[in-house]
Amino acid sequence: LRQAATVAWKDLQVELRSREIIYTMMFFAAVLVVVQAFVFPSRPDLLILAAPGMLWVVVMFAGTIGLGRAFDRERENDTMRALLLVPAPRLAVFLGKAAAITALVLAVAAVCAPLVALFLDVPLFQEPLPLVLSLVLGAIGFAVVGTVFAATMLKVRSRDVLLPVVLYPLLVPMFVAGTRVTAEVLKPRVDLDVVWYWTGFLGIFDAVFLVLSLWIFESLVIE
Amino acid sequence: MKKLAVPLFAGLGALGMVFTIWKIFVDLPVDRVLFFNQKIFYWHVAHAFMLFLAVYVSGVASIVYLKKRDPRWDDVALAAAEVAVLFGAVVLVTGSIWAKAAWDVWWKWENRLIMSLLLWLTLVGYVLVRRFAGASGERLAAGLAVFGMFGVPFIYTMVKESDLHPQAGAKGNVMTLVGDMKWVFWASVVTFLFWFLALVIARVSSVRAERELRAVRERGLDAGLQLGGA
Repeated sequence: LRQAATVAWKDLQVELRSREIIYTMMFFAAVLVVVQAFVFPSRPDLLILAAPGMLWVVVMFAGTIGLGRAFDRERENDTMRALLLVPAPRLAVFLGKAAAITALVLAVAAVCAPLVALFLDVPLFQEPLPLVLSLVLGAIGFAVVGTVFAATMLKVRSRDVLLPVVLYPLLVPMFVAGTRVTAEVLKPRVDLDVVWYWTGFLGIFDAVFLVLSLWIFESLVIE
Repeated sequence: MKKLAVPLFAGLGALGMVFTIWKIFVDLPVDRVLFFNQKIFYWHVAHAFMLFLAVYVSGVASIVYLKKRDPRWDDVALAAAEVAVLFGAVVLVTGSIWAKAAWDVWWKWENRLIMSLLLWLTLVGYVLVRRFAGASGERLAAGLAVFGMFGVPFIYTMVKESDLHPQAGAKGNVMTLVGDMKWVFWASVVTFLFWFLALVIARVSSVRAERELRAVRERGLDAGLQLGGA
């Protein structure tokens, strides 16, 4: 695990020095929020229904951009191969990468959620704990599945298009669970049973795909 | 044995199809609630079963391929996925026709339809990856098949627990079938199982032939042969 932390820290350090991904991701997400604020009906009672979808779509789209870019960086200098040759378990490489992506997605979510609340004037933070928890679980799930496929895709043609094509159908259950939680949080009277049911769903989703990824990652990336 | 499998299954499938069509349209009574349009059920649901089967065949074959690195398993996964795209298209089209007849809309966000759609999208993704990803597409696609297979229970829970859209109108349920309808239904499932197997086996051998041809061609080029044509 220490090796995983090293890989994650390396990625984040590169990012903190250049700030390339994080700035572009955040700006992209902010622009998306603004665009969506225009294209959806502006009646407050309808916006409150649309807001959860907006939040999750924005976070996932921005996440896809960040994911692609984070792995392009490894590809440009062929450092992925070096990473895989490091005398450390490959699972550590995987976990480190996934952790770094999770951090990026969460950073974007931290910017988007207040933006959505501000621009659309919805009470997003009346139950902060489940909202934050669901976003964290969503980011983890996205990062885990995304890392597996982005890493496999390094040598693949037209990977920018194929990444979302592969990723989104698999992540639909996660989207649904996430938007359920957010929608429930936005209601005037929050039904905590619903919230915890879908949060638990997210947790199990993450756990199953994490285990599956750990099991299959090595055979996917090795040639 | 192997050469016999395709004509055998195709023949059984053809016989079964003649028989079940005769049964469905001539012999069986018209459903009391859904009337004539209930008859599409025998095909629709049988195809949906094959779609599920294919997702699992493809997923399991992909796991074996990834763990053993034996390309023959990859052939199986690809063939099953391709045939499943075909069967899934039939599921969605017949489902749509039925929806129009029973509910008067072409598409309804109904649990089983959502599930078929999502599985079908995953498999279309698989075939797209195989076609356009180039060199290391096999592993990528295999990963997709495996993840898709493990996603099935989540999709199932999701559509079952979330009131995505209200359910309207009872749809024929396998368990509620009575008498003759029940065994004709299972007969048509078996018919399409034969048909599915025939297609998959045929496709497996053609995929294998393609792969071997490519390998031979590359060896020929490496040896400095001048190869004309495609």
